[in-house]
Amino acid sequence: MIRIGAILVGLFFAGVVLLWSFSQGAYTHFTEEVEKGPEYVFYIPPKSPEGGFAHDGAFGKWDLAQLQRGYQVYKEVCAACHSLEFVSFRNLEQIGYSEEQVKAEAASWMVPGINPDTGEATLRAGLATDAFPSPYPNDIAAAAANNNAIPPDLSLITKARKKGPEYVYSLLAGYEIAGPQGYEHDGKVLSEMFPDFQTVAPLYFNPYFEYLNIAMAPPLVVDGQVTYSDGTESTIPQMSADVAAFLTWAGEPSMVERKQTGWIVLGFVLFATILAWLAKKQLWSGLKSAKRKD
Amino acid sequence: MSFPWAKEYTPQHPLMQFLDEKLPLPRLVYNAVGAGYPVPRNLSYFWNFGVLAGFCLMVQILTGVVLAMHYAAETTVAFASIEHIMRDVNWGWMMRYAHMNGAHMFFAVIYIHIFRGLFYSSYKAPREMIWLIGVVIFLLMMATAFMGYVLPWGQMSFWGAQVITGLFSAIPLVGEPLQIWILGGYAPDNAALNRFFSLHFLLPFVIAGCVILHIWALHIPGSSNPTGVEVKQESDTIPFHPYYTAKDGFGLGIFLLIYFTLVFFLPNMLGHVENSIPANPLSTPAHIVPEWYFYPFYAILRAFTYDLTIPFTGVVLIQAKLLGVLAMFGSILLWFFLPWLDKSPVKSGHYRPVFRKFFWFGLIPCMAVLFVCGGAPAAEPYVMLSQIATAYYFLHFLVILPIISSLESPEPLPFSITEAVLGKDDNAKLGGATAQPAE
Repeated sequence: MIRIGAILVGLFFAGVVLLWSFSQGAYTHFTEEVEKGPEYVFYIPPKSPEGGFAHDGAFGKWDLAQLQRGYQVYKEVCAACHSLEFVSFRNLEQIGYSEEQVKAEAASWMVPGINPDTGEATLRAGLATDAFPSPYPNDIAAAAANNNAIPPDLSLITKARKKGPEYVYSLLAGYEIAGPQGYEHDGKVLSEMFPDFQTVAPLYFNPYFEYLNIAMAPPLVVDGQVTYSDGTESTIPQMSADVAAFLTWAGEPSMVERKQTGWIVLGFVLFATILAWLAKKQLWSGLKSAKRKD
Repeated sequence: MSFPWAKEYTPQHPLMQFLDEKLPLPRLVYNAVGAGYPVPRNLSYFWNFGVLAGFCLMVQILTGVVLAMHYAAETTVAFASIEHIMRDVNWGWMMRYAHMNGAHMFFAVIYIHIFRGLFYSSYKAPREMIWLIGVVIFLLMMATAFMGYVLPWGQMSFWGAQVITGLFSAIPLVGEPLQIWILGGYAPDNAALNRFFSLHFLLPFVIAGCVILHIWALHIPGSSNPTGVEVKQESDTIPFHPYYTAKDGFGLGIFLLIYFTLVFFLPNMLGHVENSIPANPLSTPAHIVPEWYFYPFYAILRAFTYDLTIPFTGVVLIQAKLLGVLAMFGSILLWFFLPWLDKSPVKSGHYRPVFRKFFWFGLIPCMAVLFVCGGAPAAEPYVMLSQIATAYYFLHFLVILPIISSLESPEPLPFSITEAVLGKDDNAKLGGATAQPAE
């Protein structure tokens, strides 16, 4: 009985119902053509900066000089619109600043506070324990100042995008400031293939963005926009790579510690596994010969 | 509950004798996973996965209890409390990555464990109860994993909760009130997050209880084995300790090498980037997909794209969404009936030529296709592929398995496990006269 019931249920789901769904779907699939939009043809997946990042790979380490340059780019360019809410000034000690430098750095930022005499909301100089302040008092203010597109918090941006560090680098260095007119990629001309494609203000054209038109204005527009104190030439790709590295650190400050711990753990477990293998082999070899004799 | 030749626990030390008299806990351990538990001598490495699954459960409970000390189940701070664990709690990043990837490893192990059971028909008499409890454990694991994924309150957490609880709304009449009751509101919010946290903490202990029942039920007939021939005599078995403790120790080492490679080098490989964005009820992610271990069932859910109507009238009998929900739950619930659907007296797939072909060239590719389609966007050709695979899935368990189990002529079985291992068994010549049945 139970098997006859099962066969009927099986035939119901598999035969009757799915065949119906399948034939309908297959019919429309072969009769209706799907048009591929410009974002399929002209989107470019994220690229690594030349030479990659110092933190890449299982043995990767932070390039502290690069992180400091990246921090400078964040502070002078990105911080105008983007917050970094999960990172505190004290964390900067990890990228090579001394305790005194961190205190001075924190004091150069104004953070929301309370006037101790009146209890009114005010701004005060930052302390090492404060998190980076948001440039806007709230989301509505952020949306109002940016044509309704809220600039995302950058604390986790490299973990919140596929190939995050490469994405940040490619996006920042990849603006086509001239716009889509005459844009060419892989021998294909955008305005010829998609004459209707437009980049309307306040959007900007960037082939490294999924939808090609992005609300963020190009933040890095000229070489030398930021003056590095270590003498590194601040080209747009250089600044982009530096800030991408800094944001990778900001997204996961424990990354290098994690990889280094990993090697110690794997080494220990590998040793233990070899011992376990030898123990198992010895035990079982004794078993087989003893049993074969009787 | 063991074979008559099982070694008896004889404590030497006065303290152990005292303990054995007052509370025979060491005796329990000795008989469960010690020298007092005789196990077939021919178990392959596929029999390691039960122990590994138990290990995963312990890792999840231990890391989870620590994480719960630092986590805050409140929608405005839940996401930030996870970042607090990642950045400020000592070794918090390790605990969290161990828990996240522990869930991935737990499901990987459990899938191998289940498909081992399917190939060797471990669900057949006398082990039906072990299988039934196992399916219950799998269902509990799915519920626990789903609720755990909601806790970080990222984009995929929120929208996953929205989609999965939305499945209940497909049930006629009671569907929508049921969804509202489950969520404690009209959409996932603080009430839902709080109860999911509470249940995510509770269910692992329910699972642990079921695991005890699973192992208890296992110790009555004893472990199955790759030949599917039941234990007949002492030479068919070896004591669990030291032989299988050593083998499990080596298996655990290999497992840990893979697990720690994920935790320390690729901790986010199996996750979704969207969950690093805080939950936003006003912005729907482009592709809402569950974690990889739900892909096959998610593919079955989405395979039903058209309402079931009476032909030529347009009267809708069952809506596509409800069909998908029924099929998705049915695809797991049908496992409960396997012991009675597969009537072949031979257990092991090694001796079932037709079953074996359907298993390797039907079921396994079908599961692979469902895995791929479940994670793919709901577009062609993935929808068509998942429909073919879903149809095969139901046909395999509900139609093919019952029919081949009656028609197939199995290959000759060895007389005993001893013969299978050593090539000869002296008792076989005597026609098994001295063979002792298991008790």
